Amino acid sequence: MKLSTEDLEKIANDIRRDIIKMLLAAGSGHSAGPLGMADIFTALYFEIMNYDPKDPYWDERDRLILSNGHICPVRYATMAHAGFFPISELKTLRKLGTRLQGHPERLKLPGVETTSGPLGSGLAQASGYAYASRMDQKRFRVFCICSDGEHDEGNHWEAVNFAGKNNLSNLTLIVDRNNIQIDGYTEDVMPLEPLEDKYKAFNWHVLHIDGHNFEEIVNAVNHARAVYENPTVIIAHTIPGKGVDFMENKFEWHGKPPNENEAKIALDELRTLSGKIKSEHQ
Amino acid sequence: MINPKLKLSEKIFKKKSVDMVPTRQGYGEGLVEAGEIDEKVVVLCADLTDSTKSNLFKEKFPQRFVEVGVAEQALATLAAGMANYGKIPFISSYAAFSPGRNWEQIRTTIALNDVPVKIAGAHTGVSVGPDGATHQMLEDIALMRAMPNMIVVVPSDALEARKATVEIAANGKPTYIRLTREKTPVMTTDKSPFKIGKAEIFWESKDPQVAIIACGPLLYEALLAAKELDKKGIETLVINSPTIKPLDEQAIVRAARTCGAVVTVEEHQITGGLGGAVAETLSRNFPVPQEFVGMPDHFGESGEPDELLEKYGMKAANIVDAAKSVLKRKTN
Repeated sequence: MKLSTEDLEKIANDIRRDIIKMLLAAGSGHSAGPLGMADIFTALYFEIMNYDPKDPYWDERDRLILSNGHICPVRYATMAHAGFFPISELKTLRKLGTRLQGHPERLKLPGVETTSGPLGSGLAQASGYAYASRMDQKRFRVFCICSDGEHDEGNHWEAVNFAGKNNLSNLTLIVDRNNIQIDGYTEDVMPLEPLEDKYKAFNWHVLHIDGHNFEEIVNAVNHARAVYENPTVIIAHTIPGKGVDFMENKFEWHGKPPNENEAKIALDELRTLSGKIKSEHQ
Repeated sequence: MINPKLKLSEKIFKKKSVDMVPTRQGYGEGLVEAGEIDEKVVVLCADLTDSTKSNLFKEKFPQRFVEVGVAEQALATLAAGMANYGKIPFISSYAAFSPGRNWEQIRTTIALNDVPVKIAGAHTGVSVGPDGATHQMLEDIALMRAMPNMIVVVPSDALEARKATVEIAANGKPTYIRLTREKTPVMTTDKSPFKIGKAEIFWESKDPQVAIIACGPLLYEALLAAKELDKKGIETLVINSPTIKPLDEQAIVRAARTCGAVVTVEEHQITGGLGGAVAETLSRNFPVPQEFVGMPDHFGESGEPDELLEKYGMKAANIVDAAKSVLKRKTN
């Protein structure tokens, strides 16, 4: 790995703090999903993907298609830390005239790759991308991040079918398996299990990881690179709201931002956590 | 009389010898032509390859043809990804399914994303015939023209469909092209001018009192109506408006100024189609009385194309009646 686990944990912690600050400033938006995916976004942008923040349209860059657009605060915060735009711009989230729309728009912010929000459509776009770039013998990889809840959408399974049929091995799907969606726990709203078996039945290669363990995240992506027969899905088990005790595993925090007091508690907690990261590794 | 400048078919009013070709055939030939011009052109189809005439492209360029199965939502979103990468995807299906079923996917991943996917909706209008109401798409123009960034084209014959297909392949924009199943008269020739965004006067009398504005194969009924009206001493203009968006506002307003009354003709719901687009333009610029020939807020049903057009009032006789009624409303 290019960076140490400690460095990655530190970056992810900074990103989480920015997520809290952004959501507080915006006064609306989603909390649980972005916090839960901070480690995976950090790994992708700081360890895994090839890209150039100064040249966001570089032809050979790896593509990251975010299907569940509502977790965009984590993408924005990670992109800012990766040098796409100033960190100070994060506080414009959801405000009039911002490049950081409530749901991400390709034409507003270079580097977000596609416009998303309505669920279930990201994997098909990523599959189209992977199919078309393979036609031209391109070497870059296409990553797609989607939520577990959006597996309720038919459009997603149409794409699972297509990618499996066409052996899109340049495509890696990362599923945020956090078990919550707006109306409750995924298994109550519309059960997804056995998710692994479902993907296997569609001709996919399946991996499971702890979505907060950097080594597992990076290893799984490298493993997927070596699979030439199938597309790979990495089912990343994550804790929604990760890092903020009162938000963790609470579906109530799916779609709302913290108020001032809650944000203060969250930031204190993350600051303490940051101290712990340093001491643990000393 | 027929506008000689447009070099239209000489056989246009010869019922027995006028060429009869469905617009979808022109689309298929246009795909091949566009594919020859630009290797970025790819065609995706949702299990309707032959009947959308995408098979012509598939035979010529099998490597650039993508079968997605009966999955119209994937059809649109896969194409969005391919266009985002740099391809020029055409997606072929029946309009009832695409853009009927996948409208939101088109809105978000194609139109808002502003990527150059070309959506071909075949089998529009009641003239789909025996298949019945489920397959007779009558709301697609309204759906598509309400969408920012979207170009909307309705070719009037197979040749226009071919020219339109070639032109939209190079326009860099999300575009909807509306096609039909039945063989219909080929009114134009290879030499007739065609340009997206431009309306043309197909029939012009010396002192026209009413402008008939049509799109799609019903343009032919409009020409028949003009001939009939001429016999009765009612002079008209017949305008072919194959681009619904962007509408050729100049041509429409000029026709309204010249004639002082308008009849619109389309095989689509009266709500939200060409008639609506014309009314929006005229009410802002030069309001004149308008009558609408189209589907009167009704679904279709099984039957022969001609029987259905007659039952729902979209034949030349209905256009004649509409012209007469709009003339009565004119205040001279």
